[in-house]
Amino acid sequence: MTTKTTSAPPAAGPRKGSRRRPPASSATKVGRPGFAWALPAAVFFALFAIVPLIMVAVLSFMSWDGLGSPEFVGMDNWSRLMDDPVMFQSVWLTLLLTVLGVVVQTPLSIVLGVWAAGHQRNRAVLSVIYFIPLLLSATAVSVLWRALLDPNFGIPAEATWLFGDGNLFGEQATAIGVLAFVSTWQFTPFHTLIYQGAARAVPQVLYQAAEIDGAGRYRQFFHITLPQLRNSMITSMILMIVGGLTTFETVLILTQGGPGTDTTISAYYMYDKAFKSFDFGAGSAIALALVVSATVISLIVVRVSGYDKMRSTMEGVS
Amino acid sequence: MRRRPHYLAGAGSLFWLFLVGLPLYVMLAATVRTRQDYAENGPVSIPDSFTLDNYTGAFDSGFGQYFFNTLVVTGCVIGIVLLLVPPLAYAIVRSRGRTTSAIFRLFLLGLAIPAQAVIVPMFYLISKAGLYDNLLGVILPTAAFCLPMSALILSGAMRDISPELYEAMAMDGASPRRMFFQLVLPLSRGGLSTIVVFSALQAWNGFLFPLVLTQSDSAKVVTLGLYNFQTEHGIDIPGLLGAVVLSMVPILLVYLFARRALVQGLMGVGGK
Repeated sequence: MTTKTTSAPPAAGPRKGSRRRPPASSATKVGRPGFAWALPAAVFFALFAIVPLIMVAVLSFMSWDGLGSPEFVGMDNWSRLMDDPVMFQSVWLTLLLTVLGVVVQTPLSIVLGVWAAGHQRNRAVLSVIYFIPLLLSATAVSVLWRALLDPNFGIPAEATWLFGDGNLFGEQATAIGVLAFVSTWQFTPFHTLIYQGAARAVPQVLYQAAEIDGAGRYRQFFHITLPQLRNSMITSMILMIVGGLTTFETVLILTQGGPGTDTTISAYYMYDKAFKSFDFGAGSAIALALVVSATVISLIVVRVSGYDKMRSTMEGVS
Repeated sequence: MRRRPHYLAGAGSLFWLFLVGLPLYVMLAATVRTRQDYAENGPVSIPDSFTLDNYTGAFDSGFGQYFFNTLVVTGCVIGIVLLLVPPLAYAIVRSRGRTTSAIFRLFLLGLAIPAQAVIVPMFYLISKAGLYDNLLGVILPTAAFCLPMSALILSGAMRDISPELYEAMAMDGASPRRMFFQLVLPLSRGGLSTIVVFSALQAWNGFLFPLVLTQSDSAKVVTLGLYNFQTEHGIDIPGLLGAVVLSMVPILLVYLFARRALVQGLMGVGGK
C-alpha cells in the first residue's frame, strides 16, 4: 500500500535503490529471463481467449445455426436486436440487478469486513461459517435456494406472514428480489475479504491519534476507516459490476429468465438466442456488447486501482 | 487492534450469521431426513427421521461418474496452470523487455473477459477441433480462463523475493533457468499453493463450459449433474440437497486444509 511505503522509507529503500549501485546493476542484467519464458502461457491464452474474442466480433456479422457454415449477413443481427424489445429489457434488467448488487453488498461487506478485521472472541469460528457461501459453486447456491424457496415445500410456505402466497418466482418484482438476494448471499463474503484485508492495513497510529483527540468509535469509523478503504471500495465495486454483467447460472437455474421474459438478463438472453434458438449470430452480437462493457470497466479498474503497479498481495492475512 | 467491541459491526455480523446459518442448517437437516418428514414438518423443523438415502440416491443417479469427470478436469487444469503460470510470472517480475510487459498487459485485460463473451466461438472452435462432448474440450478453455488471475497472484508473490538474492546468484554466474529452479520456485511455494487452490475452485465449480461443450452422461461434471438433477427430480428436495452437499464436500475439505492459501489468494484480488 502506498501509505506503508511513505511511512517507512528506510525499509523500502534497499529494494528500489539496489539498481543504482553500479556493480549490482551490471550483474542483475545478466541473469534476467527473456520474454520466451512468458510465451507458452501467452500463446495458450491467446488461442483460447483472445482468438475467440476476435471471432465473436466476426460472428456477430454472420448468420450461423450451429451446424452449417457461417454466412456473412452484414448488420442484420445488429439491426434485428435494435428492434427487439426483449433485448432492451435485458439490458435494463442487467443494469438494475448490477446496481442492486452494489447498493446492497457494499455497506454489508464493509461492516462485516471491518468487524472481521478486529479481534473479537469466536471470530475465527464465525469466519469459517460466514465464508462457506464463497466456496460453493454458483450452481450449488442456485439449486440450494431454488429448493429452499420452493413455493410448496420451502421456507416461504412456513412463513406466509412474510411471503404471502409463497410463490416468489411468479412475479417480476419478487423474482428480481430473489436474484439480487441470492447474489448477495453468495458474493458478500468475497467482498468482505477484500475489506477485511484493507481494514487490517489501516495504520494504527491514525486511531491512536484520533483517540487522543477524543474522537468516538463512529467518528473514527467515518473519518478514518471509511476514507482508508476508498481504493478497496473502487476495486470491489468494479468487480461487483463485472460480476453483475455476467451473472448467468443464477438466472438459468432460479428463474429460467421468467416468468415470461421478466428476468431475462443479457447473459441469459445470449445463451437463449445461441444455444436454444440456434441463432448464433444474434448470440454473438449480445456477447460482444457484454465484452465491450466489461472491457471498458476493466480498463477503469487498471487505471483507478493501480493493479499494474501492484507490489505485494501478502499483507493483512490472518 | 480494537479494545471495545464495535456494536454496529457486531450486529451486522450476527445478522449475517443468521442469513448463512439458517439455510445451511435447513440444507444439512434436509439431507438426513425422509422426503415425507420434510414435506410434513417443514424445512426449518428438527428432523424426526434419520436416513442416508438422499446421499445414496445421488450416486444412483450417476454422481459417481460425474465426480470422477470433475476430478479429471480439475487435475488437468491444475497441471496446465502449474506448467504455464510459474514461468510466466517469473518473466513478468524479472524480465525488463517490452514484449513481456505487453504480454502482462494482455493478461490484465484478460481478467475482464467473461466466459460468456467467448462461449459462442468456443463452441465453434471446440466442435471444429473434434473435442465436443470430450473432457479435453472442457479442460482447455477452463485452464485458459484460470491463467490471468493465477498470473496476477503468483507474480504478486514472486515480487516479495528480495532482489539481493537474485544478485547474489548472478554474481555466481547463474543462468535465468537456474535462478528459476533454485531460487524462485522454492521461495514462491505459498503463491503456488494459492494458485493451485484457486484453479481447483474454478475448475470444480465451472458450469458454463461443461454446459455448452458436453452433452452425454459420460462427459458430465458435478455442477451439470446438479443442474440436471434439479430439472428432473426438482420435487425431491431432500434428494436434491443431498446432491448439493455431496458436490461441496471436496471443496470444504480443500478449504479446511488450505484455508490460508485460499483466503490469501482471494484477498489478493483486492488490488492492494
